[in-house]
Amino acid sequence: MGNTILEAKNINKEFHDPITVQVLTDINFSVNKGDFVAITGKSGCGKSTLLYILSTMDTDYTGELHIDGEAMGNKKEAELARVRNEKIGFVFQFHYLLNEFSVIENVMLPGLKLNKFNRQEVEHRAMERLKMLDIGHLALKNANQVSGGEKQRVAIARALINDPFIIMGDEPTGNLDKKNSELVFDIFKRLAEEFNQTLLIVTHDQSFAQRTHRIIQMEDGKIIA
Amino acid sequence: MNLSLIISIAKSLLLARWKQTLVAAIGVTFSITMFITLLSFMTGLNDLLDGLILNRTPHVRLYNDIKPSEHQPINMDTAYSGGHNFIQSIKSGNSRQEIYNSATIMRTLNNDTRVAGYAPKIITQVFFNDGSIDISGVVNGIDVEAETRLFHFADYIIAGNAADISRQANSIVLGKGLADKLLVNIGDVVQVTTAKGELFPLKVVGYFQSGLQELDKVQSYASIATVQKLMGKPGNFITDIQIKLTNLEIAPPVAKEYASLFNVDAEDIQTANSQFETGSSIRTLISYAVGITLLIVAGFGIYNILNMMIYEKMDSIAILKATGFSGRDVKRIFIVIAISIGFFGGLVGLLFGFGLSYGIDQIPFNTASLPTIKTYPINYNPMFYVIGSSFSLITTYMAGWFPSRKASKVDPVVIIRGK
Repeated sequence: MGNTILEAKNINKEFHDPITVQVLTDINFSVNKGDFVAITGKSGCGKSTLLYILSTMDTDYTGELHIDGEAMGNKKEAELARVRNEKIGFVFQFHYLLNEFSVIENVMLPGLKLNKFNRQEVEHRAMERLKMLDIGHLALKNANQVSGGEKQRVAIARALINDPFIIMGDEPTGNLDKKNSELVFDIFKRLAEEFNQTLLIVTHDQSFAQRTHRIIQMEDGKIIA
Repeated sequence: MNLSLIISIAKSLLLARWKQTLVAAIGVTFSITMFITLLSFMTGLNDLLDGLILNRTPHVRLYNDIKPSEHQPINMDTAYSGGHNFIQSIKSGNSRQEIYNSATIMRTLNNDTRVAGYAPKIITQVFFNDGSIDISGVVNGIDVEAETRLFHFADYIIAGNAADISRQANSIVLGKGLADKLLVNIGDVVQVTTAKGELFPLKVVGYFQSGLQELDKVQSYASIATVQKLMGKPGNFITDIQIKLTNLEIAPPVAKEYASLFNVDAEDIQTANSQFETGSSIRTLISYAVGITLLIVAGFGIYNILNMMIYEKMDSIAILKATGFSGRDVKRIFIVIAISIGFFGGLVGLLFGFGLSYGIDQIPFNTASLPTIKTYPINYNPMFYVIGSSFSLITTYMAGWFPSRKASKVDPVVIIRGK
């Protein structure tokens, strides 16, 4: 179990507004290094809610969460931000690039924030990742000048900049056409197989989920398979 | 602490909305410009008006007042010392107006380090005879050199030469209003009747204009020797000693000290002119109030624009937080935005404020009552610039603080899921 990246123990969550609803009940699972995991389930089954808890952005839950062996429960906001910065990469359904910056600056931002490498090195690393995803030629364009599929690839490059322990995706292909979905999936698969990158992807796209290494099926806030 | 990253993000956000930024900065620029100009002009005017009175008023004046004796004979009689004595119809005694031992007093003043200078003076009432009309007036016997040095006497001579009254025997400088009434020109001779009834011819060598018309209609100046002759008094006769101190604030205690030391009456400037102090401090207060109001209004402008920017940039804030920027980082970004608007807007405002007050300084301002003033008065006190710039930074910081706190509290989950 030395290579467990992420571990959830007895995670429960309730929404209190307008009435108390149990959203997640007793979630227990772990993700090992190199796993390519898909969480699937119908709309409203709590899979996105779970992802945001696992990503440390949502702290309103009971239970224990360990990332890379560290308990997240007692950490302060700034410390959690540091964990997200260093250990987690995000890919969202809507690409969420910052339109004020160029493509390469978008990729560089989390790297600059981490402040582990100097500016030239961060820029070099960002360029490497853009090239790996075949979008090196877009580096100097403005974030709002590139297409939807390209944006999602930029977002993946950004998620990779700090060599995270795990990449989390919330419906990363949900807003893309078939061709671009394939492209994004292939990238994820390549990351998992070639680079041994751990991935945790929430999706309701069954064909996407089928091709991952492991599926976590959810229903009504519980893991059923 | 990654400050350069924070600043570069703030800069990108600012430049992305440069029109809004410009509007906010112009608000600050305008208010700082007006703040500087208003205060420079207002205090310039204050100094001018105060100078009108205060420059010519001695800090301490020694004289002998006409008043009843404090020591009535009955109180000195031991037979009546036990009771309370009621005395009716007391008259002022025939006390002399002359300051006794004036030479000794002046010697003492010479050795007092608190005294910047003093000018002896004789004040006497006369009638100016113009045909059948007698105009009452006052002749001041002065030491022209000391009077000019301490009280800017020569500045108020609009025709002729102040020094002439000490150089020419039996000469006089008339107030402009008085000269107009008497219809005399420089070089003419006016007849003066003293209180004792003696007629005396004096040659007019100049006009004097103080800026206070009532004063100019009655005042005239001659040398001390001329007035002593006029009154038939000896060379040591002096009725007033005007003292200028090195520090105006100590005038009241010094006046008290001299009154008991020299056994004379002493009046300090604060008592004699309290209304001017009050007037100028209230005018300054009003200018500050208006200036600071302008800055606060500009602060609200910045507050609004930042608030709007935060609503627009919700997505960006969420993504910054999701990728590892803490609430504190986000807050810093928006504070930097606010402060830089305040800094650059304020800097340009200081320059414009200086330019505008310099412009006002060039506008001709000629008025009969202020002979020494040629343009509008401006006070270039660097303190206004210090206050203006620090206030622009403080207000923009405050204006940025609330929106940035709001930005730091943005919950990325709500934004990201809300789509």
